[in-house]
Amino acid sequence: MSYVDELRSRVNEIKKGGHEKYHQKNEEKGKLFVRKRLELLFDQDIDVEDAFFANCTDSSLPSDGVVTGIGKINGQNVCVMANDSTVKAGSWGKRTVEKIIRIQETAEKLEIPMLYLVDSAGARITDQIEMFPGRRGAGRIFHNQIKLSGRVPQVCLLFGPSAAGGAYIPAFCDIVIMVDGNASMYLGSPRMAEKVIGEKVSLEEMGGANMHCSVSGCGDVLAKTEEEAIQFGRNYLSYFPANFRNKPKVINPKEVKSFEKNITDLIPENQNAPFNMHDFINRIIDEDSFCEIKKKFAPELITGLARLNGKSIGIIANQPRMKGGVLFPDSADKAAKFIQLCDAFNIPLLFLMDVPGFMIGTKVERAGIIRHGAKMLAAMSEATVPKISVVVRKAYGAGLYAMAGPAFEPDCCLALPTAQIAVMGPEAAVNAVYANKIAELPEEERPAFIQQKQEEYKNDIDIYRLASEMIIDAVVEPDKLRDELTKRYQVYESKNSTFTERKHGVYPV
Amino acid sequence: MTEVKANMAGNVWKVVVKQGDSVEADQDVVILESMKMEIPIATEEAGTVKELKVAEGDFVNEGDIIAIID
Repeated sequence: MSYVDELRSRVNEIKKGGHEKYHQKNEEKGKLFVRKRLELLFDQDIDVEDAFFANCTDSSLPSDGVVTGIGKINGQNVCVMANDSTVKAGSWGKRTVEKIIRIQETAEKLEIPMLYLVDSAGARITDQIEMFPGRRGAGRIFHNQIKLSGRVPQVCLLFGPSAAGGAYIPAFCDIVIMVDGNASMYLGSPRMAEKVIGEKVSLEEMGGANMHCSVSGCGDVLAKTEEEAIQFGRNYLSYFPANFRNKPKVINPKEVKSFEKNITDLIPENQNAPFNMHDFINRIIDEDSFCEIKKKFAPELITGLARLNGKSIGIIANQPRMKGGVLFPDSADKAAKFIQLCDAFNIPLLFLMDVPGFMIGTKVERAGIIRHGAKMLAAMSEATVPKISVVVRKAYGAGLYAMAGPAFEPDCCLALPTAQIAVMGPEAAVNAVYANKIAELPEEERPAFIQQKQEEYKNDIDIYRLASEMIIDAVVEPDKLRDELTKRYQVYESKNSTFTERKHGVYPV
Repeated sequence: MTEVKANMAGNVWKVVVKQGDSVEADQDVVILESMKMEIPIATEEAGTVKELKVAEGDFVNEGDIIAIID
């Protein structure tokens, strides 16, 4: 055999990955081979691959169970690490870890996005001294992720397990896309939970994709198939620049979708009656441009990326259709991370307010709603990208503050004619102020008295009065909101501000 | 069979289905009143209303079962 023939034969063997039986097992679960995943992920295929020959003296560990390299997504170079679960279940040995660390270092040097295609059983216990505790052990992967955070987008596509320490890779990514039925995250497996704490539970219930995307909030997007997850990842990145120094590209400006009902018809007159905020969002953004993040988690607050005339914006909107749009500990957490994500990568923010305030009662106080709410306020307050808040209907109490009210330096605070800004709604306010007086009145006189006081209260918080006091910057016709926003974002594009000078704040986590 | 549960604490303001009614997925079953807001509670799955566990005026806590759909 010539030298070249030997090289080719070695390359062909390594490219096949692990033993045929593991390929079959994966196929039965609807899992694609790692190289197929990369083919789908990139515009073409992987362009540059390093340490392809890692551990090549051991024929049972092709590439040491991970592919690392660079390819293009939407024309942009990105770094990737992708576990090969046909090789010892995608477990990590010394070279696996070193490869991951090196590709992260490359992402840092080149300032390009870093993607993690995770499908791994975790550490190879037999190799622990070489891969676990040291300076370039697995801990360094997380250290690098934390360092990369906010410098370049970090995306996790979770196709299989990410167990124990490995579960921190998704935890430090900007976004985690999970494939339903196959993806899971957990610190201890169900078998370990049974042995150590006596709990009997299924993997799906404890650490499955659906649970993480709807209950724990560790997952952001639930995909039905691997293809869907990969497609979502490609589309998601189209809203982002390559790194924090740049702005997102303008992509394919489109008109707004046309609907029979316009915005004015959509908003109920009664402030307390629900409507679907998604219908509102779809009437101001470019057609089909909404990319929702954490759809199933805390749905009383909508977060998602969209385009306005081809330009990326991040939307944070109360959803009156769910839990009345009230803010909860989970909705505040969801908002805080999303705001930081957009601010890190120069994506302007849009707050759409229809919020009765933060939830009250024993349950949420015990859950620490005050400190969770503080996270949202802190993230919103610190954001220095162009920031517009729109009072769609009610904005009561701390809800006004959390949704970028006038005190938090939005570039402008707009109101629709249906807006109502107050410490609390008329019903609650009259009750709070006149409780004793109402109790003293004969029962038949009460309704008339309450109604009169509520009317007085409503006049007191009239939106034109607030406009006259210059609390809001403009009152906008609902169906002209898109135009108003497009013009204003264009005007605010040259904004270049630093929040304040310091090492960093002490975050209310 | 699916259980329709309250997603937040509040009072049952209106029950909008009757026992035996057939319902579609995402159809409202009751409307709660909480934080002065109307909070529609819908069933995730389609089926027949087998049992209503609440009446108008009842207080429900987050997680309480409101109805059973079969």
